[in-house]
Amino acid sequence: MKNPQHLRIGVGAAFADDRIQPAADLAERGDLDYLVFECLAERTIARENLTRVKFPDKGYTPRLLDRIGAVLPACLKSKIRIVTNMGAANPVGAANAIFRHTEEQNLGSVSCAVVTGDDVSDLLRQQPQLKLMESGEPLESLLPNMASANAYLGADVIVRALETGAQIVLTGRVADPSLFVAPAMHHFGWSYDDYKRIAAGTTVGHLLECGASVSGGCFADPGKKDVDDLARLGFPFADVAADGTAWVSKLDGSGGRVDVMTCKEQLIYEMHDPSAYITPDCVLDVTDLTFFQSGRNRVQFEGARAKPRTPTYKVTVGYLDGYIGIGEISYAGTNAVAKAKLTAAIVQQRLKDSGYKYTEVRIDFIGMSSLHGQVDKRVEPYEVRLRLAMRTDSRKAAEAVGYETRACHVNGPGGGGGGSDPVVREILAVQSVLIPRHLADQQVKVKRMES
Amino acid sequence: MTQVYDLAHSRAGDKGNTSNVSVIAYNEAGWKLLQEKLTAERVMQAFAHLATGPVQRFELAKLQALNFVIEGALGGGVTRSLAQDVHGKAYSSLIMEIEL
Repeated sequence: MKNPQHLRIGVGAAFADDRIQPAADLAERGDLDYLVFECLAERTIARENLTRVKFPDKGYTPRLLDRIGAVLPACLKSKIRIVTNMGAANPVGAANAIFRHTEEQNLGSVSCAVVTGDDVSDLLRQQPQLKLMESGEPLESLLPNMASANAYLGADVIVRALETGAQIVLTGRVADPSLFVAPAMHHFGWSYDDYKRIAAGTTVGHLLECGASVSGGCFADPGKKDVDDLARLGFPFADVAADGTAWVSKLDGSGGRVDVMTCKEQLIYEMHDPSAYITPDCVLDVTDLTFFQSGRNRVQFEGARAKPRTPTYKVTVGYLDGYIGIGEISYAGTNAVAKAKLTAAIVQQRLKDSGYKYTEVRIDFIGMSSLHGQVDKRVEPYEVRLRLAMRTDSRKAAEAVGYETRACHVNGPGGGGGGSDPVVREILAVQSVLIPRHLADQQVKVKRMES
Repeated sequence: MTQVYDLAHSRAGDKGNTSNVSVIAYNEAGWKLLQEKLTAERVMQAFAHLATGPVQRFELAKLQALNFVIEGALGGGVTRSLAQDVHGKAYSSLIMEIEL
């Protein structure tokens, strides 16, 4: 049973293609106060920006209505508020899509609060001297191919959206943990100088933002680290007290496990210096954090600390960066690896003779070296799948990689099977820059919309 | 010969072209051994053919865990990489193979 003094925040998705049913289970029998959907990977907004250019009503997360539709009746009935970044490149469009859905389904009146202003592409065009975080190169070089630039906004703007009283908050780019920090700040009246509480809220956010990764997903090692019923993995929720004490758990009867081991793996996930995990809300320090098993599938933590937030926002810049062409074909039995190597040589010769130019080539022997490399050190397997991947500025050159690989069915060594359809990926790459907060803050807006 | 796999579990994460790989001890004895022997140099050696480096090592003593931050490890990052495993998720199993 839920303690009425606690705020319960569940997570309904950790990426755009996550399972849908676990969110419905949480909405229906989770006693939730808030349900958070986190659906934006680094380049997703760039892709949705390009969609919005072609279709001005779109540009939000494509499966928005599948997800919202699966939980909304239960959320309306139990007054569970939804917070999500599924607005992507068009939060207003997302709200309108939800209104059309609720009208079609006769769900009655629904209110949304939309957050806009994370798109800082106009600002960046005026700041070409900004340095890219990883390479130190000036931003200027990317500007001609820029497809998007979005600042990771923090919990403060989501709190403003919650203050409108709307049932659903739709944002574009915000930091993932902030989606969880905001409901706690709003509910308990925490402020940014309550460092201990902001630290606890940010830790909750980081533990939940990857969904089932803290409740038994991305964890099992059969016979060594077993997880029950992964096919029916339950998504996690957190119970948060006013003083920042917090527990992570999952629904009884769902698959998975929540224990100290799953929590440790998720805590360190995507963290660099554990004494300085930077979010828009704080600089989190988990070096003194400890976990306790406080019940079956229930873990408490304590010892999270935080320093004040930095004066900058991180901005992800999406830009078009040419093409990748991929081809695959398989060989089996005696001399399989030699046949795969011969095919790799033939394909490269053909591409060279055709005059195509590639700036990077990668040859993998799946079953030997595609994940950890070092083909020469591996034992030869019974079957091997050759994979050629090449980077180029030309779509035609990218297509040729797959066509030439598949042509080896007929023109290459004997016994080659399963040549793949040629794969061409148009590359939307990302880089990061930092911008002063005030530049973005002056364009951030919160708007309440009613159906 | 003891392998990291016998002493610890692991998960790998990605940010840009940098991979972070955790090594979380199952118990006190394993933690002591890992703390002493699983150096940043040892990890760089295991990843030398995949990453430019450098490798930084962080200790989370209360969790009996190490966090290795490996730069230049993801073929340009998730969005640009030519690899099958663009996130480097399988790097957690590579660190588990290291013999101490």
